Amino acid sequence: MDATQKLHFYQKGTFTVGNRLVSEEQRSVQASTDRSNALTCGHRACQGCGEALGARYAMDAAMRATGGNVIAVNATGCLEVFTTPYPETSWQTPWLHSLFGNAAAVATGVAAAMRVKGRREVRALAQGGDGGTTDIGFGCLSGMFERNDDVLYICYDNEAYMNTGVQRSSATPPAARTATTPAMGPQPGNVFGTGKNVPKIAVAHGIPYVATATVADLHDLERKVIKAMGIHGARYLHIHVPCPLGWGSASHDTIRLARLAVECGLFPVFEAEHGVITGCRKIRRQVPVEEYLKPQRRFAHLFTEAGKERIGHLQALADRNIAEYHLVDAEGDG
Amino acid sequence: MGRPYAITLDVGSSLANLTGSWRTERPVYVDRLPPCNNACPAGENIQQWLYHAESGDYETAWRTLTQDNPLPAVMGRVCYHPCEGACNRAQIDEAVGINSVERFLGDTAIRNGWTFAPPQAETGKRVLIVGAGPSGLSAAYHLRRMGHAIEIHEAGPFAGGMMRFGIPKYRLPRDVLDAEIKRITDLGVTLKLNSKVNRIIDSMKAGKFDAAFLAVGAHIGKRAYIPAGSAAKILDAVSLLRSMEGEDRPLLGRRVVVYGGGNTAIDAARTAKRLGATEAIIVYRRTRDRMPAHDFEVEEALQEGIMMKWLSTIKRMDEGVLTVEKMQLDEKGFPQPTGEFETLETDSLVLALGQDVDLSLLDGVPGLEIKDGVVQVDTNMMTGHAGIFAGGDMVPSERTVTVGVGHGKKAARHIDAWLRGEAYIAPERHELASIDKMNSWYYADAPKTVRPMLEVVRRQSTFEEVQGGLDETNALYEARRCLSCGNCFECDNCYGVCPDNAVIKLGPGKRFRFNYDYCKGCGVCAQECPCGAIKMIPEEI
Repeated sequence: MDATQKLHFYQKGTFTVGNRLVSEEQRSVQASTDRSNALTCGHRACQGCGEALGARYAMDAAMRATGGNVIAVNATGCLEVFTTPYPETSWQTPWLHSLFGNAAAVATGVAAAMRVKGRREVRALAQGGDGGTTDIGFGCLSGMFERNDDVLYICYDNEAYMNTGVQRSSATPPAARTATTPAMGPQPGNVFGTGKNVPKIAVAHGIPYVATATVADLHDLERKVIKAMGIHGARYLHIHVPCPLGWGSASHDTIRLARLAVECGLFPVFEAEHGVITGCRKIRRQVPVEEYLKPQRRFAHLFTEAGKERIGHLQALADRNIAEYHLVDAEGDG
Repeated sequence: MGRPYAITLDVGSSLANLTGSWRTERPVYVDRLPPCNNACPAGENIQQWLYHAESGDYETAWRTLTQDNPLPAVMGRVCYHPCEGACNRAQIDEAVGINSVERFLGDTAIRNGWTFAPPQAETGKRVLIVGAGPSGLSAAYHLRRMGHAIEIHEAGPFAGGMMRFGIPKYRLPRDVLDAEIKRITDLGVTLKLNSKVNRIIDSMKAGKFDAAFLAVGAHIGKRAYIPAGSAAKILDAVSLLRSMEGEDRPLLGRRVVVYGGGNTAIDAARTAKRLGATEAIIVYRRTRDRMPAHDFEVEEALQEGIMMKWLSTIKRMDEGVLTVEKMQLDEKGFPQPTGEFETLETDSLVLALGQDVDLSLLDGVPGLEIKDGVVQVDTNMMTGHAGIFAGGDMVPSERTVTVGVGHGKKAARHIDAWLRGEAYIAPERHELASIDKMNSWYYADAPKTVRPMLEVVRRQSTFEEVQGGLDETNALYEARRCLSCGNCFECDNCYGVCPDNAVIKLGPGKRFRFNYDYCKGCGVCAQECPCGAIKMIPEEI
């Protein structure tokens, strides 16, 4: 009986963080009292911040995988601002910040420096928000990919520039209201047909490992970080992190929204190696996109007579993901 | 100075920033009342004993269970499990097979010879218990464990009451019943058989008892006036079932008609079938959906070839022939005669029309109130006469073994308090853990385990137990289907999902604590707690 089967047998806790009935090794890193808490208490993120949660999940898993030998490079953004107001830091790991757009390049330099010093066991990890990754840092990121530098780049995608007041990024979904895409005019919210899909672009670079994950599935996220740290070369992890402030959602709904994004098909969770998709996380309890959109004020303008058609367009996007990534099995439950 | 260029302050940790001051709501850990516990007439802490069972610690599970109910092997067979009807898991897939796990624990305890811990100290008080049925045995067990000296006076030749003389062997094997009764008497309970109490006041005086608990049950089969020829064989279901415990099996003939629609009617018909009747027919004046018998028992009877004649009343019986009048339901659902008659060939007629209580032992007791043939008791189970308590089928209630056991426990608590000159105050009931307080996402799909059933041919001809039990692997599986509604099962979700690292894990069995210095009150922990054991309450600002 392998570990997955055995875990499935324990009906209570197959999806929970820990499980008192299984051995320590089978529990998540977050269930352990000796997790590193790389991002510790006292940070200034909003109540219910998905990014703070995602960053601790990912960093703690990377620390576990490397025996604590991680140097993190941070792009400018919420994560940088709320963790390091001078002279305080919430990071319990070597951490550096340079500019908004150069995190991938700085991490490349860190990896090179460690190689030169003969410290191959010390691994470089770059991280940033969607703005620092998909817009401002995109050139450096693509360069890091094509050179196959030994860096794991993690993008915490909250779908806009939240720290500066919720401006649109190239990761903002269609119809979402932001400060720069107001809910008015013939096309309220972000315009359909704009933006870019960076996970797919990363896959197109043919790098050793690309994956998407969400804060709603901790086991999947940790497995992907640990797998990525076991590979040398360029790796990319794109984590969906709901933002109560920018999305206009309740602070307690952060994980629920991340879960609904996956279950409706708008955020496909997959992984790819060397340019080929190798696995998808199936939808477990499929829901219509409305269930995901309704609790978010940035989509409130869709819930009018005029908004029905645009909800249909969003459902079509979800259906396209479901078909493209085979998110629904014929048998259903995954 | 030793600081790098352009750095004027020492680096500090964000731990200096107590973000708890942002909070407008605080999470608190609560224990809510699981629906199964809420529904159990015996007041079992089901969620708690399943918690131990799912760890594989069956002995602790059994000891937790028997805090409330000393008869788990019996209960795991004969209880109508209202707990399963209330189970939140039914809204996810199917209810947890609580009854089957209870039976597994009871059987495991018998097999391993587990015994109850004796009382820690003797109180010197003496309590007389009249009747060794479920209620009397339960009261004896609880009072004995509280340190009182207990004497049970039982009119019959064996202990068990309706568990022995009412419930057929194919539902409750007698070795199981005997084992669980013996474990209670082994606690030092004196059991006097063939010892009918004729006048309770005299018996209490003679034995110097400080209090009495009456649980004589309802053993007198109700009769209906049915004109009958001299050769007609009519008997009542209670007598039939009781005579099954004796040497001589009753002779019913090849065709048997049972009159009534309750569980006793079903038991009588199934017993008749096993005694060799080729036809066993239940005649009932209303329809199946209005039958008081439990549906699964009706179903089992039908499987065994019992026939049902709905909407019929028996008008008279002559030798070998019954006259039956057809009924129809009026708009209120009451059966009304139609004037249409038919005949039914039969060798004997068994009346299963309910039971009355023999109240003769209460003659001359001042203060008692008797209404509708049963003794009235206060909420503390005490009759109108101070020091005399009553429970089970002889007081107003649903007449089941489980209710009887519950009465025994409740009465024991009040008797114990009364003997000390106090009043028992029940602990405050927790808020109900309804499904809307749970997060069902976290429970993997796992269908219920089905208990094996004896094949029909053997059920029609023998008194072997019909329903089988679970073995260790599927009992463990079944226990683990429990959602632990309203009570922390240490899944680490709150510890994991806090964006502020403000939950402190205290280690196995010790649960968790909030670090209010840093908790911002976002409420993610409460939302993501699978079992609803965290509540958000407003801060006083």
